[in-house]
Amino acid sequence: MPQRRHLIASAIVVLLLALLPLAGSRYAVDLTTEVLIYVLFALSLNVIIGFTGNISFGHAAYFAIGGYACAILLTTYGWPLALALPAAVVLAGLVAAVVGYFCVRLTRIYFAMLTLAFAMLVWGVAFKWKEVTGGDDGFTGIKMPEMISHHVGYFYFTLVMVSLGVAALWVICHSAFGLTLVAVRENSVRAGFIGVDTRHMRWAAFTVAGTFGGLAGALFGMYHRGMYIENAFWTESAQVLIMVLLGGIHSFVGPIIGAAVLYLLQTFTNQYTPYWPTVLGLILLVIVMVLPDGLIGLVRRVKARGGRS
Amino acid sequence: MTAMLSIGGLWKSFAGFVATRDVSFELLAGETHAVIGPNGAGKTTFFNLITGHLRPDKGSVSFEGRDLVGLPPQKIVRLGIARSFQRINIYPRLTVFENVQVALIAHEGQQWNLFRPGRSLHREGTQELLELVGLAPEALETAGELSYGKQKQLELAIALASQPRLLLLDEPTAGMSPQETGETIASVRDIVKARGLTLLFTEHDMSVVFGIAERISVLHHGVIIASGTPDAVRNDPEVRRVYLGEHGHV
Repeated sequence: MPQRRHLIASAIVVLLLALLPLAGSRYAVDLTTEVLIYVLFALSLNVIIGFTGNISFGHAAYFAIGGYACAILLTTYGWPLALALPAAVVLAGLVAAVVGYFCVRLTRIYFAMLTLAFAMLVWGVAFKWKEVTGGDDGFTGIKMPEMISHHVGYFYFTLVMVSLGVAALWVICHSAFGLTLVAVRENSVRAGFIGVDTRHMRWAAFTVAGTFGGLAGALFGMYHRGMYIENAFWTESAQVLIMVLLGGIHSFVGPIIGAAVLYLLQTFTNQYTPYWPTVLGLILLVIVMVLPDGLIGLVRRVKARGGRS
Repeated sequence: MTAMLSIGGLWKSFAGFVATRDVSFELLAGETHAVIGPNGAGKTTFFNLITGHLRPDKGSVSFEGRDLVGLPPQKIVRLGIARSFQRINIYPRLTVFENVQVALIAHEGQQWNLFRPGRSLHREGTQELLELVGLAPEALETAGELSYGKQKQLELAIALASQPRLLLLDEPTAGMSPQETGETIASVRDIVKARGLTLLFTEHDMSVVFGIAERISVLHHGVIIASGTPDAVRNDPEVRRVYLGEHGHV
């Protein structure tokens, strides 16, 4: 059964990651923590892109809401993490539900533009509501619980949260709900005629995506001990979108690989040249011209060719 | 027999072109009823008006006493009306099996289940439906790669998965070879009989129409010009003049 094989493979990956701090490199631990956060972020976005067939250009909004909310609840209000984190995630999900209610009335470019518009509103709130968010100085000095204030502790915390998030998204994407979403994506007219309220389905998918995006954002904020308005800016939405496209949208693992590859590439490029945006442009060019189905699609094509020869 | 579907004074026009003109129509429970008419007579529009794909400008549509006007397709399906489409309307990139499986999931209202693995649901029911329409050997093929005739069969299986009491088939044999047409019609007739369905269908092949329809309505320029038994319709002078006469073989 393929499911069992996947389960074992994922368990091995998580186990290997859990051994990473033993290598003793703080750099590797920190880098992996950030990659894990982006993996969850990209995967959450793919619930909209891969499963409903609509491109969201404003996913950073939920990332930022999760991040700011968790930071503010921990620091300004002194909530314990066990309350602050779930509250932040729920808030991101609620906002996604409200925004999604309007966005799913549209499709294609109109959907994308509306998601972008709402995300810019969120950015505007983060920018202008200075006494709460810190405005363009950012919200810094997040109070962290003792247990996870050390970088290794935080790495394990992130590993557990991201693993749970990825597992939950896996279950959702492969559920009856996920399969029906695929049908809606493939032919929403036909899906209507089998009794599916396609708009409600896409609304639910949008809410799920925002919720998990919020979790990624909360983890991100605590990792950096701060949230900044750039985290809500459209460039952040674009980056996670490119991660998803790079990995491949029609596969569950695609965005995971896309997030890891793009983030690592960015980190290494920045060590040698300040021209990361140029490199990013080239990557985008390659995706559009030769990798329409992402890295996963490339792997599949190579495999198929190998199988034939 | 009582009317299952009653349509009164139905109008629909597109940018000035009247596709459905004051159509009144009654479909009896349990009957097999054909709607015929030349291309552009308004047959597909008529189906779209019944199933909620289009909203009529005027008039009433009621199914088992319930008003359907203004209801979206997904609600109408749940009341017991399923349809196939003249132009293939499936999920071309999903497998044949998944095409039917999703319809069963939706019929059971399980599309909101975020936990049960979708592919494990209704495996037997899907298999049965595929066997019923003769697609069991192609279950794992990509639906869009099937031959045209087989895609039409898949349409039928998807419609049946919604367990309708009223089945609407829009040109179920369009584009099929004579042999496929014969097989399809035989299987449709068996299924309708076995499940006690009411069938409303459009068809351009007159041998099919007069072979299985118990009643026939003739649509011409958006107007029903005749309705009755095959014999009555065949001998209707108006029908002969505008339609059957042109074909000359009835």
